[in-house]
Amino acid sequence: MKVITAENLTKKFGSFTAVDHISFEVEQGEIFGFLGANGAGKTTAMRMLCGLSKPTSGKGMVAGFEISKNPEKIKANIGYMSQKFSMYEDLKVWENIRLFAGIYGVPDKEISHRTDELLKNLQFEGQKDALVKSLPLGWKQKLAFSVAIVHEPKIVFLDEPTGGVDPAARRQFWELIYQAADRGITVFVTTHYMDEAEYCNRVSIMVDGRIDALNSPQNLKQQYDAANMDEVFHRLARGAKRNSD
Amino acid sequence: MVIKYLIEKEFRQLKRNPFLPKLILIFPVMILLVFPWAADFEMKNINLHVVDNDHSPYSARLISKISSTGYFRLVGETPQYSKALHDMESDRADVILEIPQNFEKNLVSSGSARAMITANTVNGTKGGMSSYYLMGILNDYAAEIRSELAGPVVVTLAPQAEIVSQFRYNPYLNYKVFMVPALMVMVITMLCGFLPGLNIVMEKEAGTMEQINVTPVSRFTFILGKLLPFWLIGFVVITLCFGVAWLVYGLYPQGNFGTIYFFAAIYILVVSGFGLIISNYSETMQQAMFVIFFFMLIFIILSGLFTPINSMPQWAQFITHFNPLKYFMQVMRMVYLKGSGIAEMKTQLFALLGFAVVFNTWAVMSYRKRV
Repeated sequence: MKVITAENLTKKFGSFTAVDHISFEVEQGEIFGFLGANGAGKTTAMRMLCGLSKPTSGKGMVAGFEISKNPEKIKANIGYMSQKFSMYEDLKVWENIRLFAGIYGVPDKEISHRTDELLKNLQFEGQKDALVKSLPLGWKQKLAFSVAIVHEPKIVFLDEPTGGVDPAARRQFWELIYQAADRGITVFVTTHYMDEAEYCNRVSIMVDGRIDALNSPQNLKQQYDAANMDEVFHRLARGAKRNSD
Repeated sequence: MVIKYLIEKEFRQLKRNPFLPKLILIFPVMILLVFPWAADFEMKNINLHVVDNDHSPYSARLISKISSTGYFRLVGETPQYSKALHDMESDRADVILEIPQNFEKNLVSSGSARAMITANTVNGTKGGMSSYYLMGILNDYAAEIRSELAGPVVVTLAPQAEIVSQFRYNPYLNYKVFMVPALMVMVITMLCGFLPGLNIVMEKEAGTMEQINVTPVSRFTFILGKLLPFWLIGFVVITLCFGVAWLVYGLYPQGNFGTIYFFAAIYILVVSGFGLIISNYSETMQQAMFVIFFFMLIFIILSGLFTPINSMPQWAQFITHFNPLKYFMQVMRMVYLKGSGIAEMKTQLFALLGFAVVFNTWAVMSYRKRV
């Protein structure tokens, strides 16, 4: 079953075309890597799929709803974690979980149960009453991811979720992603780290607003005769005309 | 109910804020303690310089009469007008009273004498009022002297009309009675306008706004979640104001507290809605601050807080129709001083309801979840 389909999705800001007629499909339960250099249009594309940004032209279906017509329906069925860490820093860990669970319509009685479960899974039980701003970045990211899927959405969108942390923390984060995918949650993730690209089922590589390659990491490496994803990326990105920001 | 979680969150954040809860308590108290004393148009301690060229018992008696009224403070007594004028130029004297030579002689022989008042009218109101006060004292003095000289039996042939003024609602013409209720409006406006206004921009800057935008929370629910906490805070603030007005100034409304709360309930929605509109259009705190401040100044100056609206030029009076502050200020003064009820304030009621509906609809509409 396809949970995301994009057909010639385009976003223009004035005369600048940030996303240029992209088309792709994502299967349910898949971990889909969305790669590209800075300024390639990854975040803009993702914002359109989440209903945060209106497409200039083209069509897109997310979780069974058309993105131009039913953005609010989409929002009820997805989770989202942005690159700018965005939980409430002045709220405690459990208060953040309660807030977002409540917003997504998790029944009040079930919230405390889910909170305990979530914290246990993260081995965060001791931090329940800690203010979010007091946590280290790696912990915040794991917590933000868990909160983004607290309502068991069909899809979770992650925009550079592991920026700025060490490899060990990134590995732990990816374990959480696998757990979510095992439960049937589709993961749509943008990243800069090519080792993370290897963890994805399929990756797409954006160059100058277009998708220049889309396949499994294995096939891409074969296709471009490369030893790893890093090389694949460099071959493709070399053709980029836009300056990275 | 999603709204429950949003309101819970606002109060938790407010409670943890190191500054806001204190501001909400201290700001109204400070305004009500300081403002009524500073913003008082009653003239006191007018610096008077007397140029006495007569040095007679009568002139001395006049001077002591003036200084005993309490309005004037004798800062100098010189025989030279030029010296007194120099005093005025260096801002040490506000009014000069020149008593000419032969003041006593003329007074006793012909029953009339001349004196000159020179007033500094850089501040027109102050200069005018002080010379007006001084003239009153002089007339009083002249009448006193005349009756003494004429003896106990005076038969006046000319018909006389005596005018008796009756001051209603504020019989002692106490300026504070007039100011304090209006200052409460200012306090509510500042707190319930600024705080929600800055709140949404703060979320935009922190990035939490985008997180909320990607949830299914409806625009109406979100705005309501921002409005309600400040609505409750507004009630706390106005109650605090009632307390201060009563304890410090002995003021309580002639009318009903319920009437004030009823109007306040609408008014707080008006100003909070206004703050939310501004913050929807602002990207940064500075931007929101400046824009709100700009409107606040205009609202306050054109509200009739300090200067009566009737004495403003036509165009300014026209603008005041669109100033919600004006209406609530009228309500507060009417309830506090005259004891008016809702029936006498229908204009204000409908005006404020109109503002509340327009501003809050606008606030919901201008909040964009999608760009």
